[in-house]
Amino acid sequence: MHPILGQSGRLGPYLLAWVPLAGVLLYLLSGPGGLTTLEAAMMVLPLCVVYAFICLSAWYSCRGTPLETSGFWRLALTHQMAAILVSLLWVLIAKYLAIALSKADMFSDLREKVARTYPLLFASGVLLYLLAVGLHYVLFSVEASRDAERRESEARVLARESELKALKAQVNPHFLFNSLNSISALTSIDASKAREMCILLADFLRRTLGMGEKTGISLHEELALVRSFLSVEKVRFGARLNVEERVTPDALGFSVPPLLLQPLVENAVGHGISSLTEGGYIKIDVRCESNGKNTQNSEDAAGSQDLVIAVENNFDREAPRRRGHGVGLANVRQRLGARYGNRAQFEAHAEDDRFRVEIVLPAEKQEPVA
Amino acid sequence: MNEMNRKLTAVIVDDEDLARAIVRELLKPHADIEILGECANGFEAVKLVSEGKPDLLFLDIQMPKLDGFEVLELIGPDIAVIFVTAYDEHALRAFEVHAVDYLLKPVGAERFEAALERARLRVGTVATPEATELAATARTPGNYAERLVVKDGTKVQIIPVAKLDYVEAQDDYVALASQGKRHLKQQTISSVEAMLDPKAFLRIHRSIIVNLERVVRVEPYSKDSHIAILHDNTRLPVSRAGYTRLRAVLDRQS
Repeated sequence: MHPILGQSGRLGPYLLAWVPLAGVLLYLLSGPGGLTTLEAAMMVLPLCVVYAFICLSAWYSCRGTPLETSGFWRLALTHQMAAILVSLLWVLIAKYLAIALSKADMFSDLREKVARTYPLLFASGVLLYLLAVGLHYVLFSVEASRDAERRESEARVLARESELKALKAQVNPHFLFNSLNSISALTSIDASKAREMCILLADFLRRTLGMGEKTGISLHEELALVRSFLSVEKVRFGARLNVEERVTPDALGFSVPPLLLQPLVENAVGHGISSLTEGGYIKIDVRCESNGKNTQNSEDAAGSQDLVIAVENNFDREAPRRRGHGVGLANVRQRLGARYGNRAQFEAHAEDDRFRVEIVLPAEKQEPVA
Repeated sequence: MNEMNRKLTAVIVDDEDLARAIVRELLKPHADIEILGECANGFEAVKLVSEGKPDLLFLDIQMPKLDGFEVLELIGPDIAVIFVTAYDEHALRAFEVHAVDYLLKPVGAERFEAALERARLRVGTVATPEATELAATARTPGNYAERLVVKDGTKVQIIPVAKLDYVEAQDDYVALASQGKRHLKQQTISSVEAMLDPKAFLRIHRSIIVNLERVVRVEPYSKDSHIAILHDNTRLPVSRAGYTRLRAVLDRQS
């Protein structure tokens, strides 16, 4: 769409900008051009109105030669050619206007006088046209940056939506149903154990509440959530579930997206532990690692470190494939990508009867803003 | 009313102790039901069911070794099966394989009674012979089996479809040929065909399905028929219609 004609409220200011230009032209024609002020005014007014609209056609040549992709010579040649053609047209219009005006007695010699100003008219025509070209390019880039801004905000909304969707999907309803079933079984076998499990389950649910609104929580908080989750599963699986946790204390203060680790652990339970009749293990490994970047900037110690989070479990290779395999992992990968881009890595691989997921993300201190 | 007085035998299959405990507890008031045993995985379930021949089976779906549907496929149609699971998405498939009922965890006593009532009615009647067939074919289109399960005596064999060379119909059975061995299974060849991905497997004869990757070449045999020669020199008959189908596939590949 034309940046001036396509948007209401732009044509007025554009035409207004022509007033001083017309003034300059009036001065040029009446002074060095040798016309009287009245003659010059009679010429300049219609010429400028017509030319203002002719110059809008600069849009075509500007659109055909975008600044970013066209070379200098192509730009210069295209616009110079267009300027010459348009200006010649303008001079032609001036000629016929002068002929028409010279029919009136008071302007009888106008035709000859105007003929002497052709070079002047032509030169100003070229200049004015090139000015219009410049204006169009400016408007183009304004529009482009507005577009980019809009697209960016749309992308942000999308990313946020997918994040929320991911978070909502994280608290697996089957986990709830199975836990409730365990509680129901325990009520008659061991009432105090049933009560304990109610409390564990409530603790886990309370921790997940409100996590969707946060963009980051401390690793310490995330680990507490994971432990809470595992203590519920421990009631279900008993001796089949064995957890080893190795966390270096310096990692605990760093910020991670909420529910980053929990889906990995849930996956390890769902596809590992529950596939093994004799039970299995889940190893959680968290440490800080220097990434070799920003080492000169000693003030920004956080930027030079990565958080390495690994979850490993064993599984039965012959077990029937379960539905929804990898959905939780895909969510985590997606969220990492949306948030950190190529600053984070996600790697999952199975070897023999071991499955390992490793995440590397920049170690960032928690921001106080929500 | 006669069968109501008969004592029924039941087996509980679930990998979680507590989940088995609650079924046990819910069965306690029913003196007419005797619990034959409990199993924590699909292998044990198949073994116990073939040895003990229970009337009633409480079956979880997601279990180690074999899932509930695979267990059902191996134990045949004579048992009244009540699925007990936390997943509601398998319900349709469960009824297609003629499950008596489908209970969702956590299980309530009233709902459990209703399921038992249905089971009692079912046990007296003769089950439909095609239940196994249905177990095999009741899958959503495009969702083909990744593995086949076979029972050798009381042992369960798992054959990944990639290791399946060909399937041959033999009377009431099919022989699944894999890595030089043939495993017999009570199933029709049509239902095996329905389980397998048609892009990888082709019915080349009334009684033969072949893994296309294993076919090395096809030779004319008599006026009207051909033979397919596999990687291990196994020679399989190809019918006229089968040859047309095979030609179409091989031409597409070359």
